[in-house]
Amino acid sequence: MAGKPKLHYFNARGRMESIRWLLAAAGVEFEEQFLASPEDLEKLRNEDGSLMFQQVPMVEIDGMKLAQTRAILNYIAAKYNLYGKDIKERALIDMYSEGMADLNEMILHLPLCPPDQKDAKMTQIREKTTNRYFPAFEKVLKSHGQHYLVGNRLSRADIHLVELIYYIEEIDPSLMANFPLLKALKTRISNLPPVKKFLQPGSQRKPPIDAKALEEARKIFKF
Amino acid sequence: FEEQFLKSPEDLEKLRNEDGSLMFQQVPMVEIDGMKLAQTRAILNYIAAKYNLYGTDIKERALIDMYSEGIADLNEMTMRFPLCPPDEQDTKMTQIRERTTNRYFPAFEKVLKSHGQHYLVGNRLSKADIHLVELIYYVEEIDPSLLANFPLLKALKTRISNLPPVKKFLQPGSQRKPPADPKASKAARELFKI
Repeated sequence: MAGKPKLHYFNARGRMESIRWLLAAAGVEFEEQFLASPEDLEKLRNEDGSLMFQQVPMVEIDGMKLAQTRAILNYIAAKYNLYGKDIKERALIDMYSEGMADLNEMILHLPLCPPDQKDAKMTQIREKTTNRYFPAFEKVLKSHGQHYLVGNRLSRADIHLVELIYYIEEIDPSLMANFPLLKALKTRISNLPPVKKFLQPGSQRKPPIDAKALEEARKIFKF
Repeated sequence: FEEQFLKSPEDLEKLRNEDGSLMFQQVPMVEIDGMKLAQTRAILNYIAAKYNLYGTDIKERALIDMYSEGIADLNEMTMRFPLCPPDEQDTKMTQIRERTTNRYFPAFEKVLKSHGQHYLVGNRLSKADIHLVELIYYVEEIDPSLLANFPLLKALKTRISNLPPVKKFLQPGSQRKPPADPKASKAARELFKI
């Protein structure tokens, strides 16, 4: 019987957070090993076979040391039946998830933005959210009137989207104004017991990055 | 497969205005099996699964994904290179060389060495082998000497290149596209307004 998955990353959202959300939504308990210094990352890099490309996220799961966010997410989704029932459903789930990842990438980079570029970056995020991504997903939900994005059942696409909605609301709740079906999805998914639990204080969900954590990350990852 | 080329900003606009064609108003988009699929990875994953190039189980798929994503990271650097402003090109080239020889190629050489098999995963052809060989061709276009210390990668390249459908694709007159030239890059930048 395999032990709990073990997540290797620093103590912040970054690229690991979507993995935490997906595991939590699947009801899977996991452990975390935080990298707190450049030496911690070096140590992991020097462990033969631990980090295939010398990068984190890395997740130890089912005897594998899996790197690359998408490889990890795809495995978890497939293992816990959050990846649709056939390759066509998976194609839709992938297309939706990749669109979300594109928007999420912009949000991810926002704290790293030099101050003089921040306004432009924020404007871009708002614009893409309200003109490209949220309309696309609202349209999907409207088109079939079902409770989930794909195949009338919960998939990773729903989890990724709700996670993204929480981040957009942190940036500006008014961005949700014209998307009633997305709001309803957020409420529905948030009420699923494992998600509800993850949303409560004291869970392994990470807060937005603060200046101290960002400084720590810069030192560890040298950027 | 057929190809519909976008040659002008108007072509892209037309496609964007077709309801339901471009989910996020972006290309690539592939019409396949009644779907209009956007997002490169969604398209690749579908093709790989449909044509049995995605391993036999979820663990093999995990390895294939991990390898493919590493390949995609290096490919992203090589793909962006022609669009790089001239004053940044030296730095970018150095980074590509460094990553190729110190991070990515050693990782894949190690995989092949570890099991001694002819393919990266599961002793049979998968998307990972195809993506890697494609990447090797690009790296060779940049600098063939970068392959110097990777005999197993060279052997993989030869083996995959000799598979009949790949061999055909490598021949002149196929749908394989040449390296971006500055003129084509300028056109692409105008087209996609970047």
